[in-house]
Amino acid sequence: MAEIIRRNKALSVSPIKTSQPIGASLAFLGINKAIPMMHGSQGCTAFGKVFFVRHFREPIPLQTTAMDQVASIMGADDNIVEGLKAIAEKSKPALIGLVTTGLSEMQGTDIKGAVRKFRQTYPEYAAVAVIPVNTPDFVGCLETGFSHAIEALLSELVPSAKTEGVQVGKRQHQVTILAGAMLTPSDVELLKETVESFGLRPIVLPDIGDSLDGHAPEENYTSTPLTTGGTSVSEISSLGMSVATLVIGHSLRKAGAWLQTQTEVPSYYFDNLMGLAAFDEFLFTLQQISGVAVPAKFERQRTQLQDAMLDTHFMLGQMRVAVAADPDELYCFSQLIESMGGELVAAVVPAGAAVLEKVAIAQVKIGDLEDLEIMAREKKAQLLIGNSHTVDSAERLGVPVLRASFPQYDYVGGYQRLWIGYKGTRQTLFDLANLMLSHHAQHEIHPYHSIYSQKFDTEETTHEPEKTLASSRV
Amino acid sequence: MKSTKDLKQLIDEPACSHNKKEKSGCAKPKPGATAGGCSFDGAQIALLPIADVAHIVHGPIACAGNSWDNRGTRSSGSKLFRLGMTTDLTQEDVIMGRGEKRLFHSIKQAIQSYHPAAVFVYNTCVPALTGDDIDAICKAAAENFGTPVVPVDCAGFYGTKNLGNRIAGEAMMKHVVGTREPEPLPANSYREGIKVHDVNLVGEYNIAGEFWNVLPLLDELGLRVLCTLSGDARFHEVQTMHRAEATMMVCSKAMLNVARKMEDTYGIPWFEGSFYGISDTSQALRDFARLLKDPDLTERVEKLIAREEARIRAELDLWRERMKGKRVLLYTGGVKSWSVVSALQDLGMVVVATGTKKSTEEDKERIREIMGENTKMIDDGSPKALLGVYKEYQADILIAGGRNLYTAMKAKIPFLDINQEREFGYAGYQGMLELVRQLALTIESPIWSAVRSAAPWKTAA
Repeated sequence: MAEIIRRNKALSVSPIKTSQPIGASLAFLGINKAIPMMHGSQGCTAFGKVFFVRHFREPIPLQTTAMDQVASIMGADDNIVEGLKAIAEKSKPALIGLVTTGLSEMQGTDIKGAVRKFRQTYPEYAAVAVIPVNTPDFVGCLETGFSHAIEALLSELVPSAKTEGVQVGKRQHQVTILAGAMLTPSDVELLKETVESFGLRPIVLPDIGDSLDGHAPEENYTSTPLTTGGTSVSEISSLGMSVATLVIGHSLRKAGAWLQTQTEVPSYYFDNLMGLAAFDEFLFTLQQISGVAVPAKFERQRTQLQDAMLDTHFMLGQMRVAVAADPDELYCFSQLIESMGGELVAAVVPAGAAVLEKVAIAQVKIGDLEDLEIMAREKKAQLLIGNSHTVDSAERLGVPVLRASFPQYDYVGGYQRLWIGYKGTRQTLFDLANLMLSHHAQHEIHPYHSIYSQKFDTEETTHEPEKTLASSRV
Repeated sequence: MKSTKDLKQLIDEPACSHNKKEKSGCAKPKPGATAGGCSFDGAQIALLPIADVAHIVHGPIACAGNSWDNRGTRSSGSKLFRLGMTTDLTQEDVIMGRGEKRLFHSIKQAIQSYHPAAVFVYNTCVPALTGDDIDAICKAAAENFGTPVVPVDCAGFYGTKNLGNRIAGEAMMKHVVGTREPEPLPANSYREGIKVHDVNLVGEYNIAGEFWNVLPLLDELGLRVLCTLSGDARFHEVQTMHRAEATMMVCSKAMLNVARKMEDTYGIPWFEGSFYGISDTSQALRDFARLLKDPDLTERVEKLIAREEARIRAELDLWRERMKGKRVLLYTGGVKSWSVVSALQDLGMVVVATGTKKSTEEDKERIREIMGENTKMIDDGSPKALLGVYKEYQADILIAGGRNLYTAMKAKIPFLDINQEREFGYAGYQGMLELVRQLALTIESPIWSAVRSAAPWKTAA
């Protein structure tokens, strides 16, 4: 059981933490025709927007209540009403995610009260769902903000079995997937394809695989300030009719448990889908839920992964890895590394979480990349896994880096990478192995020059071609 | 927290032409319909390029965590500015009132771990609201640790990015400028017959290193840049700005207060100019000579201009053939509009419409002057409006800030990024080559028909 080491210095240097409002906004960006609005100063939103745009390379819908000096001191809840009205009137969204920030929480906002006031003042926008969620910047991280938003979406939109009657399995092929913050659009896509191949119809909450997958629009494109894909609001209301809920990521366990209590639809929990054993369990569960045998293509992919494990265990065995990520993602990597005989030697997370106890390492540090760098150097890590910010750390350490998590602004397509399932795992193993191969210098034996040597070329020489081609007449 | 009166004074910059006509550049933002950064954002952009300073963001994680290391500015030496530093305030700090203590120890930690030339402390919304006295903390820390510590009080809710730029300038004028004398000229820099003049640049951020296209020319003319505020600057350079003989405000109104205050306090004359485009680059050099009142310099400037213009025009000839007549929709704020227009005209391109949302009346007048009366001026910068104008005016490319990049990509039209985040330097004569290369790269790209095409099975009869 890993021990959690709390933050023990005043200044955070090279932070890995991304704030809760960003996480909550990410969840809302997976809802169709939606827009998140941060209740804070306009900068909160501007930074969030740049953050997402650079990561996803997509236009990102995000608004602000634009708190100014007077509102910050005198109360800014009228800004919420005004902001909701402006968006509802202009963009006609299906849903607005109302996300608080450090500023509005400090100022003591009552977001639920403000939403009530909006409803009373503007009954004409009753069709627009508004989901308020408290996500102060000074608590938690991206992952917790994300899960709070999912909890808020469920509690606002999913009717109770007590009042509506139990409807479990009314849609006998419908399966709910609660998709955690660590999943990429490609991960979500794979989940959907997998569930569909069992003859089931998945509803993913949130479906960033449909909204943030980076697709060029069809013809007759008109620019919209809303999301152009994702889970529809009516689908969320129907989650009580599913036959099962699959909960991906430890951070969504609370949401999964709540949904089961609310609807009596049974929840199945998967903290990790990287690695052979994890995905085995997922497929086996789907077989049991659907009564359909695991399709042959997965058997094939499973053997491909096994083959990759055989090929790469030479490089990955005893590999010493340092990881900086949010808790769920760290846990997944720790499982994968352990399953290949590698060793997680340094682990840094931005905030605490229950899943950390299960991470295969003696200590997990709540800290920043400065901590990671110091620990990685001390423990002689051979490879880093983390976001684009870790690239500088890796350079200073002289080790390779595998980019994962948020943000990835220096690496095209990073947002889109597939991590889970047999296929995703196989590619990760190949990439890790290649990174190890390209940086194996530390294990190399240095040349030894004998004191009796007759060799004149004592320095290693490279053999560049001459600048101009030598004419070689035949 | 800054008082409302202080903020009003900053907003009410006498040298800013936004103040004169009915059009106001600093209107109150509207909830649910606002884009753009906050004062903290603006202050950080303005000062972060000072390379050997430890920049500490005092606040919860959002302000620094979501934004650090995301600028294209480059340093020729120290990379300290690229480390994100923040007090990362927690709930306990905020509720128990421990923010000030954390800040003090953070400053100490930064100084002990990284030995910066100075520490800048950026105050943000939450500690401004809890009333942390950052001035007092910075003063105490500076005395205790023997390193300058500069408070920059720039809570996001004070206002816009522009205001933040001004707050940053104000902090430099109040705490840094005038606290040190310039170094003597290096002995080996002496050249027979060339009198060296000291100058400042304000509002030049060395994006993608673009100022290094210009600096060799200033060297050649004997203009020593005491400080660029703030591209590739060092703390001790900012300290010496008061000794300059002239200041150039580069492409921006945002830090006008610095230029004006340096004129009021130290009698340093200033001009507004730009290094984008051939004509503007030449004009900037002429303006330096004009303010410095050195006939010999004027003569050498003209020689240099003649030589450089001839050289770059020859190099651009081939490109100009390819770009000639291409139609541009330009959407940038304020001053940049006319400076980029002149660069594009140098390439024989036609600017069919330009954004004027942040432009002053003078800017607009100037746009009319160089582009003619028929130019469409756009105030509505929404993606929908931009794409509408693009279509109506049959433009070949949209040139705008990074925020519009994906508007263009989704609409499948060529695009050039003109703002801070870009990865290429366009300044100076030499920058024109990069500019035209990037323009050609997107306009002439072979992908456009493919990405717009429907699948054959959709179009088959």
